[in-house]
Amino acid sequence: MDSTSLEPSLYTVKAVFILDNDGNRLLSKYYDPELYPSMKEQKNFERNVFNKTHKADNEISLLEGLTIVYKSSIDLFFYVVGSVQENELMLMSVLNCLFESLSHILRKNVERKCLLDNMEGVFLVVDEIIDGGVILESDPQQVLQKVNYRLMSEPAYGFVLLDYITGNLEAQTDRSQLL
Amino acid sequence: MIKKFDKKDEDRSDKTFDALWKSNLIFLLTQSRIFNETPINPRRCLHILTKIIYLLNQGEHFGTTEATEAFFAMTRLFQSNDQTLRRMCYLTIKEMANISEDVIIVTSSLTKDMTGKEDVYRGPAIRALCRITDTTMLQAIERYMKQAIVDKVPSVSSSALVSSLHMVKMSYDVVKRWVNEAQEAASSDNIMVQYHALGLLYHLRKNDRLAVTKMLNKFTKSGLKSPFAYCMLIRIASKLLDETEGGHDSPLFDFIESCLRNKNEMVVYEAASAIVHMPNCTARELAPAVSGHNMLIYYLTALRYAAVRTLNKVAMKHPSAVTACNLDLENLITDSNRSIATLAITTLLKTGSESSVDRLMKQISSFVSEISDEFKVVVVQAISALCQKYPRKHSVMMNFLSNMLRDDGGFEYKRAIVDCIIGIIEENPESKETGLAHLCEFIEDCEHTVLATKILHLLGKEGPRTPQPSKYIRFIFNRVVLESEAVRAAAVSALAKFGAQNDDLLPSVLVLMQRCMMDSDDEVRDRATFYMNVLQQKQKALNAAYIFNGLSVSVPGLEKSLHQYTLEPSERPFDLKSVPLASAPITEQKTELAPVASSKIPEKLAPSRQDIYQEQLASITEFQGLGPLFKSSEPVQLTEAETEYVVRCIKHTFAGHMVFQFDCTNTLNDQLLQKVRWEERPCGVHSWNTV
Repeated sequence: MDSTSLEPSLYTVKAVFILDNDGNRLLSKYYDPELYPSMKEQKNFERNVFNKTHKADNEISLLEGLTIVYKSSIDLFFYVVGSVQENELMLMSVLNCLFESLSHILRKNVERKCLLDNMEGVFLVVDEIIDGGVILESDPQQVLQKVNYRLMSEPAYGFVLLDYITGNLEAQTDRSQLL
Repeated sequence: MIKKFDKKDEDRSDKTFDALWKSNLIFLLTQSRIFNETPINPRRCLHILTKIIYLLNQGEHFGTTEATEAFFAMTRLFQSNDQTLRRMCYLTIKEMANISEDVIIVTSSLTKDMTGKEDVYRGPAIRALCRITDTTMLQAIERYMKQAIVDKVPSVSSSALVSSLHMVKMSYDVVKRWVNEAQEAASSDNIMVQYHALGLLYHLRKNDRLAVTKMLNKFTKSGLKSPFAYCMLIRIASKLLDETEGGHDSPLFDFIESCLRNKNEMVVYEAASAIVHMPNCTARELAPAVSGHNMLIYYLTALRYAAVRTLNKVAMKHPSAVTACNLDLENLITDSNRSIATLAITTLLKTGSESSVDRLMKQISSFVSEISDEFKVVVVQAISALCQKYPRKHSVMMNFLSNMLRDDGGFEYKRAIVDCIIGIIEENPESKETGLAHLCEFIEDCEHTVLATKILHLLGKEGPRTPQPSKYIRFIFNRVVLESEAVRAAAVSALAKFGAQNDDLLPSVLVLMQRCMMDSDDEVRDRATFYMNVLQQKQKALNAAYIFNGLSVSVPGLEKSLHQYTLEPSERPFDLKSVPLASAPITEQKTELAPVASSKIPEKLAPSRQDIYQEQLASITEFQGLGPLFKSSEPVQLTEAETEYVVRCIKHTFAGHMVFQFDCTNTLNDQLLQKVRWEERPCGVHSWNTV
């Protein structure tokens, strides 16, 4: 909360990450090269943020000199990080866009397993919303149009079990081919 | 039966599922030979690419050769027409751009996609291409970039504008040539394109204030639609106002104020924050901004948070402006978001009356254990300000602060509390005894050496003057026995002060000092011996000189003089009077009521101006023989500020010489001053020799 105002810039987002119920990283992108450059620092930061935010479901917090807006759903936590002087509502709009787009892609099933099954869609969505720290798109409808992703449906469990028993690991990578 | 199977399936598939995601990169690379199959199997390739990116994100490392191999293999995937696969290829290129070599082989494929017919590929292809481009390549694709910026498809235009922005760092000159295209893009209807174009234009022009002003005037009149663009305009306008120190009748200010009535709350908030941050705001100007914030309190958490934060800042400078919101703020004290509750309470503390203080303090103590360290510091600072405002409430606050001291907390937090208590003690003599008692209790169990030494120093200063100084001696001597070297040394100094001021305590102090002389640490023994000898003389003057008064000369100055002394062999003993007195050093800025950022930048005490000059002059060989610098004057302007070059003079006084320092600053950007000559016309009264 300094009194110096922010230098006008398009670079508004410093980082975005998605954690699971145990605080493990599922996806994370850091856009500010000066902020936690090494992997170790990043994981440390994510752990700190997770510890302070996963208990209370408040949407916004101020940690380590950064503004963090976040949202949780079933067993996932979504975070968008910006500087302390950043417009919090702008960061919220990014978070909402991310969440809405992912909700749509995962057919409202925003939980860990479904996310991991459709990781490519998730990567593409994040790529369409923020590019190098600049907000590229804020409307979920637009994002979905550009990504144009079809959900990977769950294979029937029986097939998976069969493959596991017969040790056919290779075929498991082609889960979707079995549809 | 079937149900049981299902459950086992789920567990097993979960495990294999995890195993797949944890497979290592090397295995993946062997799989990447699948890329070479014909026909390309999109699903399998997609899966492998996804896993590669996922594992990179998790921190797995690719060696350069493997990365390059995988990269080459991946380029074959451009032959497939699967949309998702192509998009993932772009993404992989961006992720691996830093770790593989020869990434430029994909340039032609990307350029083809960028100018191709499939609109859905063009935007992402541009962004990927610009990620791997260097300066020479940039000139080759310049034509395509310019076309892309003014393209009718919004995603293409946005991608081109944002990529151009990223490349400004790399080759500003090339991107500057695309200003006209960016200008055209700014008149687009799409709200994101407007935002990106505006941003790029500002980045390109930000060193030219006139151009920025013109741009701002044009856009504020033409009425953009994008809320993001509005926020950007507000920031540019407030920066301009700041730089030109424009008054509140400037059209820029009017623009910002008009944004308070915008439909989008993001813009309203940005405008209100900008007004609040302006340095010379009067309460009248603040009123609409504050009421704008007040309205926001009823919205979502983030809005409440943003609003409360800004009101907190306003309350610092203009508490009366915020009293209108007190009722709403009180409702926020029970907010589930602890950060909001803290900010609400601290704002109320600033604006509340004396009678409400008790009530507020009780409420704070109930949740202070739940909030993070940074907010605890905010609360302590608010209490500190409150103590200055209502000195009669010091007992309530002192109680509260001592409870907080007993709780867990980080160094910054404890330091803030200690500073606050010391502040109260210094301002309020009635509170001294209780305050010192609380601090003594604190140092019994304090892990921070800095705080312990600070408190011991304070005890040494204030303790002897209290009605019963002897009770502090026990605390201090316990420190001597139990703690680390730095604390022991500080405790010894504190004891000496007691001995010097209170004659009835002197024999006991001397006995204790005797014991300290057996300490294992050099510094402690030295101090104990020194103080013993001084105290045994029982002379007031000596006590005053060596025990009470600290060093009155500046430390860097002392170091310089000593160094000088050692260089010149001399029979005379070193004279402390030859060291220049410490001019008031530029102390570190008091961090405002702000959560302290994790200190990556240590706070440094700026050396005083005199010491800086001394350093500079000492580095010039002609001046080294002049001896220590006695005093430097303030800079005197010899010319007017608007001339082509500005001359300032600083007079340095040495023992037997005067040095005149002329600072000649050129105010024209395109001219270089050379061969500056200086003529002197002595007035003829003094017999100065010019060296």
